[in-house]
Amino acid sequence: MSTTSPAQALLLAAVLFATGMLGVLARRNLLLMLMSIEIMLNAAALAFIAAGARWHAPQGQVMFLMILSLAAAEAAIGLAIILRLHAAGRPTLDADTGNRLKG
Amino acid sequence: MIALPALVLLPAIGGLAAWLSGQGDRPTHLPWWVAIATIILQTVLLLVVTLTAGFGTGPWLGHFSIPWIPALGIAARMDMDGLSLVLLWLTTLLSFPCVILSARDIGERPGLFLLLVLTTIAGVDGVFLATDLFLFFFFWELMLVPMYVLILRWGHEDRRRAAIKFFLFTQGSGLLMLVAILGLVILHWRSTGTLTFDYFALADTVLTPATAMALMLGFFIAFAVKLPVVPLHVWLPDTHTQAPTAGSVLLAGILLKTGGYGLIRFVVLLFPDAAARFTPVALALGVAGILYGAWLSLAQDDMKRLIAYSSVSHLGFVLLGVFSGSPMGMRGAVVQMVAHGLSTGALFVIAGSLQDRLHTRDMRRMGGLWQALPHLSSVALFFAIASLGLPGMGNFVGEFLVLLATWRISPPTAILGAAGLVLSAVYSLTMIGRAFLGPPATGPDPDHAGPDFGVRQMTVLGLTMALLLVLGTYPQPILDLSLPAGPHATQPEAGRP
Amino acid sequence: MDALFLKLIVAFPLLAAAILLLSAGRMPARATCVIGTGSVGLSALMAARVATHATSPASLHVPLWSWMRVEGFSTRIAFTLDPLSLVMMLVVTFVGFLILLYACGYMRDDPDIARFFGYMTLFVAAMLVLVFSSDLLSLYIGWEGVGICSYLLIGFWHIDSANVAAARKAFIVTRIGDAAMLCGLLLLATRAGTLEIAPLLAAPPASATAAFLLLGGAVAKSAQAPLQTWLPDAMAGPTPVSALIHAATMVTAGVYLIARLHPLFAAVPAAMATVALIGLVTLLLAAGSALVQTDIKRILAYSTMSQIGYMFLALGAGAWQAAIFHLVTHAVFKALLFMAAGAVILRVHHRQDIYQMGGLARAMPGVFAAFLAGAAALAGLPLLTAGFYSKEMILQGAWHANPLLWAGALLGALATAVYIFRCIFIVFFGPRHTDPTGRTGATMALPLLCLGILALVGGWIDMPDAIAPVHLLSRLLSPLFGAPTAEGPSWLLWTGSLVPLAGVGLAWLLWRPRIRAFTPPEDAVARLARTGWGFDTLYDTLVVRPFVALGRLNQTDICDRLSDATAATARAGGRMLGRMQSGQVRRYAGWIAAGTIAALCLGAWP
Repeated sequence: MSTTSPAQALLLAAVLFATGMLGVLARRNLLLMLMSIEIMLNAAALAFIAAGARWHAPQGQVMFLMILSLAAAEAAIGLAIILRLHAAGRPTLDADTGNRLKG
Repeated sequence: MIALPALVLLPAIGGLAAWLSGQGDRPTHLPWWVAIATIILQTVLLLVVTLTAGFGTGPWLGHFSIPWIPALGIAARMDMDGLSLVLLWLTTLLSFPCVILSARDIGERPGLFLLLVLTTIAGVDGVFLATDLFLFFFFWELMLVPMYVLILRWGHEDRRRAAIKFFLFTQGSGLLMLVAILGLVILHWRSTGTLTFDYFALADTVLTPATAMALMLGFFIAFAVKLPVVPLHVWLPDTHTQAPTAGSVLLAGILLKTGGYGLIRFVVLLFPDAAARFTPVALALGVAGILYGAWLSLAQDDMKRLIAYSSVSHLGFVLLGVFSGSPMGMRGAVVQMVAHGLSTGALFVIAGSLQDRLHTRDMRRMGGLWQALPHLSSVALFFAIASLGLPGMGNFVGEFLVLLATWRISPPTAILGAAGLVLSAVYSLTMIGRAFLGPPATGPDPDHAGPDFGVRQMTVLGLTMALLLVLGTYPQPILDLSLPAGPHATQPEAGRP
Repeated sequence: MDALFLKLIVAFPLLAAAILLLSAGRMPARATCVIGTGSVGLSALMAARVATHATSPASLHVPLWSWMRVEGFSTRIAFTLDPLSLVMMLVVTFVGFLILLYACGYMRDDPDIARFFGYMTLFVAAMLVLVFSSDLLSLYIGWEGVGICSYLLIGFWHIDSANVAAARKAFIVTRIGDAAMLCGLLLLATRAGTLEIAPLLAAPPASATAAFLLLGGAVAKSAQAPLQTWLPDAMAGPTPVSALIHAATMVTAGVYLIARLHPLFAAVPAAMATVALIGLVTLLLAAGSALVQTDIKRILAYSTMSQIGYMFLALGAGAWQAAIFHLVTHAVFKALLFMAAGAVILRVHHRQDIYQMGGLARAMPGVFAAFLAGAAALAGLPLLTAGFYSKEMILQGAWHANPLLWAGALLGALATAVYIFRCIFIVFFGPRHTDPTGRTGATMALPLLCLGILALVGGWIDMPDAIAPVHLLSRLLSPLFGAPTAEGPSWLLWTGSLVPLAGVGLAWLLWRPRIRAFTPPEDAVARLARTGWGFDTLYDTLVVRPFVALGRLNQTDICDRLSDATAATARAGGRMLGRMQSGQVRRYAGWIAAGTIAALCLGAWP
């Protein structure tokens, strides 16, 4: 069972988080940014799992469940916003045009 | 003495009544009558207070105290000594020109205007009476806000800037004072275990020299802004210039005096040792104020600015007197404050009347007004002469005593102060020469300068002249009263009516 | 009884001033004249009554009320009558009355006559306060009071801004001296704890500083070098003002002050020497200026400076009686000269240039006689005139102090005779340039007559022993000043008599009628003398202009820039931070990331 050490798991989490962050900062497409945020959340969740496994504490899994629900809510709201924008007649998914929102 | 809080509440209530009476749809003179009735009542009340004051029982003449927020040791405590009494009289007397002579430049909503004026007066009265530091701070702020609105709503062309400047300067320095008050209270609490804002209790706090100096500076800066002391005077010319006439009179005549009062009561008497160590700096600041104010006054074209800078110069004498460390200087400073209140207040009334008539304050566009407005001009001449410190008028008594007290500790400072007297002659006579004498100006036509001063103005200003002359030739009653009672002096017992 | 009279002597003019100023011109001109002149006349009558009844050596002390009483200092308003103030009182009330009477005629047609008489009577009251005060601080009330009245009266015709400027200059220059005097008072009050004159002089604190500071006040008030520049300009006022304030009374206040405080000065030899030197320098400079003036009033103004220089010289030489004697005779003959000049000016349509007059002796013989009497007294023509005796006394005193002073004074006497008779020859003789109109009314003629007689015979109250042993004034003043010094050799008297005659002769040679009028070479010296030796220009460039220019430069107040700078910094900072709020999601995310990393680094640091 103990094939992966916590250090490896944490490393993976860090790499995932960095990937996600890079995605948020570098991509302009709203959908891709949303996905990147999901990656970051999952990276954090992975770190919790690893930590819970390391200290045999249940809190890690509790936090994982919580992040899971948070991510779901976030995805729902984010997608809803994008759909709403689309419905309002915005033809683009470019995030940098967001500051031109009016009304 | 229950009359002490009544002195504060009466103008506030009268102001509210004036405001309510002006709420109808039709324009009405009712608010004016209510306001005039209020200040007449206030005069009567003050007369009663004066007559029933406990002269002979000690330096403190009256006392009032009820608990306010007992958990924090805050009480509504008021005490009156001779200094408070003198300044209360000045406030009450100057409220007459403020209310009676300012009718012209108000226009709409006189009720609100009078509410603000009377609330300011209430705040000032409270400042002169409060001996609980929390209550004092409350009144300090109370007189600030209505003044701000007065300037903002009824001021002249650049009023927004002036109002904000006024507010920021006074509020900023007031916060500094709040910090100093809290520091003093907390230090007192740590050393004795009782939490109190009481002036007399706090005066006994044992402080290290450095702490005392820091706390004193907190108070000093707040009052120095108000007095004002160079270089913290910069709010004053703008504010005086832009304020409506009543506002200028209130500011110059009364509000500045709270600075001088605070310096005496809460700097010199509360921190005597720190103040003594601070004396050289204070003297330098005072003499700098005298000379710098006079010098800039000389360079102004705007009449109200000229008078405003002359205030800076005159109040430099107050700073000198307060920090001269002798009762003589203190008495001189008080006489100077009273005389300055009367003479400069009257000068602002005159400048305001000129603005009403000519729609300008620029002396380059005036000149030769004596022909068109002989009464106004001769009154202006009188007050200009009073302001240059002619012996026989109140200002001279104050300046002389202050200089005499200063000479004892530092002759060079006194010599520089006396040089300020030369400059005061220069700017006063320059103002008279440019505005009232000489050939008629090319600017606004003096033939259409509007009516000369009528009976109403001449009565009020004539009384002011008489007061200045009496103050100059027989100042002894004021001199006897004006020595402030120290916090360690015998207090009137709490139960006295 | 005398005490009451003393109070009334001051109260009458004061009351008149109050009535006239409060009436605000609603009173008819005749009533104004009656009140103004009558009040001073009443004062003069009472002064005469007091003078004849005064038991001469004892002095009368009238305490009025306590002015200021504080810790370590108290001062009261109190009058005292001693021989010195007696003499001054008589001069002020009598000469004042005659001048006011004259002014009734002179100012008859002025619409503002109420204001004029109000100021004049106020001046008389202030001058009397100055003279009577037994306390230096209440003396200072009168001292400044006469100053402000002088300001108001010089600028009386205020439509002309030149008059206003002259008035302001007069007040400010004297105020400089007053400030010095105030410092002197502060010093004395600190040293002695009182400013009451009697105790102060009983044990004079030998303080050179105090003496010099008080001297500053006296110099400015009496228009002595280097603060003399205001007096010639002060001639902008109406002529009665020049006669009363700038010739007879106010300008001699400095002399009075030094004489009043003479033990204080006598204790400091340096101060005495300075007083004498100031007197000598002023008398020579002013006489030189008077020689080349063309405005008749300016000639008299410079002459006043020069004559007060004589008084200062006498004071500095310790000849106190001589100074007061000259003060009295000068008040008489200079007031006479001014009034006669005023009569001339009225008749020649307000022209003041002597070269535009000429040949007036026949047209106005009475005025000519008056002017001639005054001029003779001013020049000090021997035996006949008042000025001769007082000047003689000064020359004696100067000789005793220092022969050099005597020589300078003698030179001044020569110049005096030359310039005043130059004026007479040009104005009253020779071809006529202007036709005089009108006639000099009785109200103007009567004072001229009285003062003309006094200018001739007034000197007989005190004569050198060589002529007649009459010493009324010296005796009167001796309780105060001690016995006068013994007289010098008789050739002193001879020189003193002959020099003025020589001066008149010289003037006759140069400006006598029916020769081509001598015009002095228009060189730099003459131009300098005409402008009062360039003091004005010097002060203007050194003090006034830099001061005003710097003030202009700083009109908007450099301190204000401090608060402006604070405001600007706050605003700029706000704008910079506000730029972060761009509305771009990715930028926000970047800031969040950067902030998180920074926080993590900070947390991991230790």
